[in-house]
Amino acid sequence: MTRPIAPPPRKNPQKRTRVPTLPSGLRSRAALGLAAAAAEGRFMLQGCEACGALQYPPRDACSTCLSIGLKWRDVKPAGALIAETTVRISTNVYFRERTPWRIGTVKLDAGPSVMAHVHGDVARGARVVLVNRLDKSGQGVFFALPMDGSADMADDPQLRELTADPKFRRILVTDARNENSVALAKAFADAGATSIFVGEPEGWRPYPHRAALAAVSNVAIVPLDVTDTRSVCELAGEIGGKTDILVNNSRFMRPGGIMDRGDTVFARDEFETNVLGLMRLAQAFGPAMSGRGADGVNSAVAWVNILSVYAYANMPAYGVFSASNAAALSLSHCLRAEMAPGGVRVMNVYTGPTEDEWHQPLPPPKVAPSALAKSVIAGLKDGLEDVYVGDVAKDLIDRWRQGPKVLEREMMAQAGEG
Amino acid sequence: MARRRQAYDGVVLAAPVTIPYQRFSTDTAHWWIARALSECLRTAGIRPADLDGFSVSSFSLFPDTAVGLTQHLGLSPRWLDHIPMGGASGIAAVRRAARAVQAGDVDVVACVAGDTNHVDSFRRMLSSFSRFAQDASYPYGAGGPNACFALLTDHYMQAFGATKEDFGRISVAQRDNALRNPHAVMKSPLTMEQYLSARMISDPIALFDCVMPVAGSEAFLVMREEDARAAGLTHAHIRSTIERHNAFPEDPIQMRGGWAMDIDELYAMADARPDDIDLLQTYDDYPVISMMQFEDLGFCAKGEGPQFVRSKDLTIGGDFPHNTSGGQLSAGQAGAAGGYIGLVEAIRQVAGAAGPTQVEGARTAMVSGFGMINFDRGVCSNAAIISGAGE
Amino acid sequence: MDAIDNRSADLLAQMAGAIASGGIEVVDLTHTLDQDFPVIILPPEFGQCARFRMEEISAYDHRGPAWKWHNISLCEHTGTHFDAPSHWISGRDIPHGNVDEIPVDRFVGPVCVIDCSAGAGEDEDFELTPQIIRDWEKTNGPIPRDCWVLMRTDWSKRRGAAYLNMRDDGPHSPGPTPDAIRLLVEERGIRGFGTETVGTDAGQGMHYTPPYPAHFILHGAGRYGLQCLNNLDRLPPTGAVIVATPLKIKKGTGSPLRVIALVPGKDA
Repeated sequence: MTRPIAPPPRKNPQKRTRVPTLPSGLRSRAALGLAAAAAEGRFMLQGCEACGALQYPPRDACSTCLSIGLKWRDVKPAGALIAETTVRISTNVYFRERTPWRIGTVKLDAGPSVMAHVHGDVARGARVVLVNRLDKSGQGVFFALPMDGSADMADDPQLRELTADPKFRRILVTDARNENSVALAKAFADAGATSIFVGEPEGWRPYPHRAALAAVSNVAIVPLDVTDTRSVCELAGEIGGKTDILVNNSRFMRPGGIMDRGDTVFARDEFETNVLGLMRLAQAFGPAMSGRGADGVNSAVAWVNILSVYAYANMPAYGVFSASNAAALSLSHCLRAEMAPGGVRVMNVYTGPTEDEWHQPLPPPKVAPSALAKSVIAGLKDGLEDVYVGDVAKDLIDRWRQGPKVLEREMMAQAGEG
Repeated sequence: MARRRQAYDGVVLAAPVTIPYQRFSTDTAHWWIARALSECLRTAGIRPADLDGFSVSSFSLFPDTAVGLTQHLGLSPRWLDHIPMGGASGIAAVRRAARAVQAGDVDVVACVAGDTNHVDSFRRMLSSFSRFAQDASYPYGAGGPNACFALLTDHYMQAFGATKEDFGRISVAQRDNALRNPHAVMKSPLTMEQYLSARMISDPIALFDCVMPVAGSEAFLVMREEDARAAGLTHAHIRSTIERHNAFPEDPIQMRGGWAMDIDELYAMADARPDDIDLLQTYDDYPVISMMQFEDLGFCAKGEGPQFVRSKDLTIGGDFPHNTSGGQLSAGQAGAAGGYIGLVEAIRQVAGAAGPTQVEGARTAMVSGFGMINFDRGVCSNAAIISGAGE
Repeated sequence: MDAIDNRSADLLAQMAGAIASGGIEVVDLTHTLDQDFPVIILPPEFGQCARFRMEEISAYDHRGPAWKWHNISLCEHTGTHFDAPSHWISGRDIPHGNVDEIPVDRFVGPVCVIDCSAGAGEDEDFELTPQIIRDWEKTNGPIPRDCWVLMRTDWSKRRGAAYLNMRDDGPHSPGPTPDAIRLLVEERGIRGFGTETVGTDAGQGMHYTPPYPAHFILHGAGRYGLQCLNNLDRLPPTGAVIVATPLKIKKGTGSPLRVIALVPGKDA
């Protein structure tokens, strides 16, 4: 059975921090579909639209009927481990540093056989459930888990390579003033985070939940204003080398679009916080995090952006806020590319209207801070890149995938209804 | 069989050449191919500019192909082939060249396979070996073919009760054979104890289940029998061949190769039976695949491979001579030349020209090729039965 | 150029000499422009005063090898700053009510300092009343016309959250009552009024009639405000001169500035 991981000892200052190495990230275009599915934690294979045959490995034409109509579809992830090996000699430096490494052949109930990483608690020849996860290169890979789970399953060293589990990690959550900061801090404490730094802008003015935030175990409130380069750099100077998960929770929002506002003052605030704030944090914390992607049990592992789902499609009633989130979404892709060499994941958590003062006049459903926090933790534990929280966000991304132009018209209609 | 295949009458395999292998080489595939071709043509008395057919197999020629080699080596062939089938390249070259010679499209085809082996070329080749390997196997531990064959071996052992020792019999016998081959890379004896206690590479594959990547080249000529006789060349007749790709895709993991689909045709075309085979050259990058070939090529039933090797002596002097030059397991794997090693040795054997590895009285040999772990299994398989001039 | 008036030239030369010798002390009444210095907070649906921000353009590096400089951004009313009449609705029609239009001689003038530090130390909502002003005049003489009046509270010594002193019902800090401002503006004819707090009005100034009386009455009468002043404890009740020159911002309603005071030396 998996041995629970122990709290990591303090770092030996005389040892060089291990340079992050990666498994091969080379993939065909078709195989990138696996990464797209893994980004949301879905187990998908290509299916033929003409004859229905499932395909693996990913390809460009059906191996049963030659149709080129292959669509990714969710597949029941159950199967049997029909062969296994433990790789002890690898040509790739990443695996060479991590051998022995268990892999196997899994015959899926749905048909194809796949090669998969295998969890230590899977018995020889056992039934398994497969998950599709992003590896350190950011590509989708299959991982075979025990059918019914196991104690301390998440602590399996091979599995932990594919997740961003907060256990024993040090967290920085920005914007203590945000109404959701208490729920986020509590969720990280419950998930076993070693320390939770919560960045507080403008300590010279009070806010209602400060005492509740300070009371959460392992929480330290630290000065941090993402609109102030000096403040971001000062905090990075203090804790940048021990920030394993950074949650960019800073958001500035005001209702309103272009003409009803009549100025660009709030727009500037929105872009300062929601876009340039992300950039300042990334410039200050990114290099150290990306250099610590292989730094043991508490390696730097994930960057989380809390974004509005209206980053995808503008909600005119919150038109400029939506635009700032669209810019942040775009910037997050840049950040993801820049963090990739360090194996540090960038996870975007998209939410619809949240339960707060700025969405107060909106009808339900709205996302409660606790629901948001739960999704952040679950996403990290599954190593996701894209998390959609709540019914509004899920509905919107479905519509967006069906057709952005149609969705644009639907968003206009919402604006018309007031 | 719907229609009787035409025999390979009047065409022979001649002038077998092996350029001694080296563990690492600073030279290029071009260099290794040139050496084998030169030796082959010298033996046959053909000037390079007069050669009218050329067939090449190599992994390390990039960015060149056979086309670039014609200019590089000063050849002006009227028939040109480039066969990227790895371990199945030799027999594929024979099948194509023989029909072209028979039809009169070409007079002589020089078939050459060669590769270099730089210090890091094996690692580089693995990461981009094929699209499916890149997408679906290399990301899983990057164990390369070792890991793929470990899975096949693990499954085969579970399915048929094969033991490590059964595979050891194949490796140990081939080392015995290699000790008689002065050009084999492996030069020290291997005992079963050493085999069983070797360090694990990818369980259950251990050190002596793996081939040693080397640099080297092999070559032979495909030509009209009358021309070979006139030149006084060592030669062999092609009695039958089969070839199959991506056989049994429905098998969840490889337990058989494409030979199993076509083996009856191989024997029928040659009008031969397993008993008529004096020696067998299998593609042996791992013992498990040789064991599968014993089964799929009709020497024993599926699943009886372990029992078969327990009852047979696989050495040159034994009752089932197998991979008489030591095979890739002991002579080394020179890239695509690994698809030629058994064939070139078999030509020498049936012609009685194998020297220290000669099987006494060998007249008829079976050679099988197997190539390209495209994803989880070898895709190309083929086989041939050849006989000496007297048959 | 006209001939120089020898008497004023002598005066200036004497002053320069006195400054150089320390006979006239130059006191800095300005807070450092600092990203963490509080600004006035309005209900969040209103536009807000921009905090002081500074972004490095280069620092002798690949962005500019031999030089270091910053872009700064801030509100007209960030840090130690000047309020022009156009800042308030009551002063919107005042001629020369924007900072770029104010005659520059208005930026140099005598100052009276009313010390309310004892009262403000005891009561965070301490009020400057007409009575306090009259009591001060009993000791220091009448407040001259066209003079700056500064309300000393020692509030500039407060740091962090204690400065705005924000609570659920808003900020709590000392300031003038409407009658006190009327007295100063309408009867004494002062040039402007200055404080150590974030505004010229008390923290709870919105509850007076009119709301924010200092802003309303001062600017309605074309007078000026100075806020977030520092070091008022180093000024005498009378006798000092301040130099307060806002940036020449076109149609600007105010400006951050460096305020200095020229303070007579003590008797030797």
